[in-house]
Amino acid sequence: MKSGSNLEKVLKAGHFAFTGELGPPRGTDAEEVRKKAAFLKGNVDSVNITDNQTAMVRMASWAASLLIMQEGLEPNYQMVCRDRNRLAMQADILGAYALGIRNMLCLSGDHQQFGDHPSAKGVFDIDSMQLIYMVKKMRDESKFLGGGDIEEPPQMFIGAAANPFAEPFEWRVHRLAKKINAGVDFIQTQCIYNMDKFREWIKRANDMGLTEKVYILAGVTPMKSIGMAKYMKAKVPGMDVPDEIIKRLQGAEKGKVAAEGIKIACEQIEEFKELQGVAGVHLMAIEWEHKVPEIAELAKVLPRPVME
Amino acid sequence: MIVAQRKPFDEIMDMLKGYKKVLNVGCGTCVAVCLAGGEKEVTVLNTELDMARKLKDDPIEIDGITIERQCDREYLAELDAKVDAYEAVVSMACGVGVQFLAERFPQIPVFPMVDTSGLAANQAVGWYEERCRSCNQCVLGMTGGICPVTMCAKGLYNGPCGGTNQGSCEINMDQPCAWYMIYERLERQGRLDNILELHKPVEWLDQTPRTLIQPGYKKIDPEDMV
Ligand code: SF4
Repeated sequence: MKSGSNLEKVLKAGHFAFTGELGPPRGTDAEEVRKKAAFLKGNVDSVNITDNQTAMVRMASWAASLLIMQEGLEPNYQMVCRDRNRLAMQADILGAYALGIRNMLCLSGDHQQFGDHPSAKGVFDIDSMQLIYMVKKMRDESKFLGGGDIEEPPQMFIGAAANPFAEPFEWRVHRLAKKINAGVDFIQTQCIYNMDKFREWIKRANDMGLTEKVYILAGVTPMKSIGMAKYMKAKVPGMDVPDEIIKRLQGAEKGKVAAEGIKIACEQIEEFKELQGVAGVHLMAIEWEHKVPEIAELAKVLPRPVME
Repeated sequence: MIVAQRKPFDEIMDMLKGYKKVLNVGCGTCVAVCLAGGEKEVTVLNTELDMARKLKDDPIEIDGITIERQCDREYLAELDAKVDAYEAVVSMACGVGVQFLAERFPQIPVFPMVDTSGLAANQAVGWYEERCRSCNQCVLGMTGGICPVTMCAKGLYNGPCGGTNQGSCEINMDQPCAWYMIYERLERQGRLDNILELHKPVEWLDQTPRTLIQPGYKKIDPEDMV
């Protein structure tokens, strides 16, 4: 065991993992975090706590992580490279571990231009790949990036993102291999809508032997509406939404579009359970946390395994 | 070359409030080429200032002179005999020139008239694009001649990030993704192995003021020079 986190145990035992996501509030309301957490409890193995998602200021990821731990959930602490330099990052990692956080997701972060402080200075002292390398060095060598010794090093289960759809497609598996070499333990992918492309990506990852070295959790976000599907297709960089998805939603009866979105998601999850190389699903139902129990039920991923 | 752009006129008017006799010093090198601070731009600014101040009933006496390079003592020397006749000096050179001027005449207020924006290439007349951030450790050999520090909006050394969008950067469809271009070029040259390995965290060399002394040369006391 690298970290002994619940997520690591679930994956190591060969269970099909199911993780969720929670966005901290744009304010100090702990109750809001607890409410969202209540919908996720018992339905997922670990919950990603986003870090200033879309470059909007929100409650710190470590703080919201702590709040959900108090509710009996396991956080997956996200950290972006946009907002901190290597000193602040390492300090936060030590603090997070001391507070009981055991999973981390290393991300570049959306460009600050997208958020509510568009002219903020983007730090990017290190990038997501180098962040993985740094967390691994802290864990496995008990060393800070600068070379100094760490007493009681943080034993994190190290995660990262992968986008199977971004061009150049040929490069995607190499980038995955690079993350594995840097030290990543698990991957959560970008939301998948283009299943053909995803199958091709995972096949290539299998062929290169990558899926034996890393746990891949397929990213799923159910579409709430036709507008959301169109927006994601047109406006969200790196998102691949085939027209068939939009057509299927358009074909749904009035008032049943969201249900159709959930149905599509559940069909995907069914396929992922059988797909070689996929170790689980990461469900990103942001601002739709109350639907998670229903989705988990319909996707037949309940009950979640209880690990020792 | 170094490129710059004239400051907004209101900001210039604000800086010169209260000064009645001013010398405007242009620079004949980079900023002249990029049409920001050469002889012609000195004349234009002076004319505008003269008119604007007259309209305000607060005339200004403003002379202009353009020297070859403001970042070079040899040329600044021309100004030694002139500046003391003025209440202030304004410079149309890049930030280097402004500072060098201010350093030579510490008794006189010196104001910048341009905003220096960077090291850029001349795409066409009046159109310049940044290409270098002078990071002090060039990786262009590895990246197929495309600078990730300058051209990638996040300055990533292990790109592209997840936001890369069909060849464009996530910030804007009109901005090419540097890492997409790097991939394409290296692929065409059969050099993808350059970027297969992790590029370790960078030891930044631009975090303190830098001094550069070429091999065979040494630091000498400015007093001993011209
Ligand atoms: S999209 Fe490309 S250029 Fe833009 S930040 Fe990401 S890697 Fe850099």
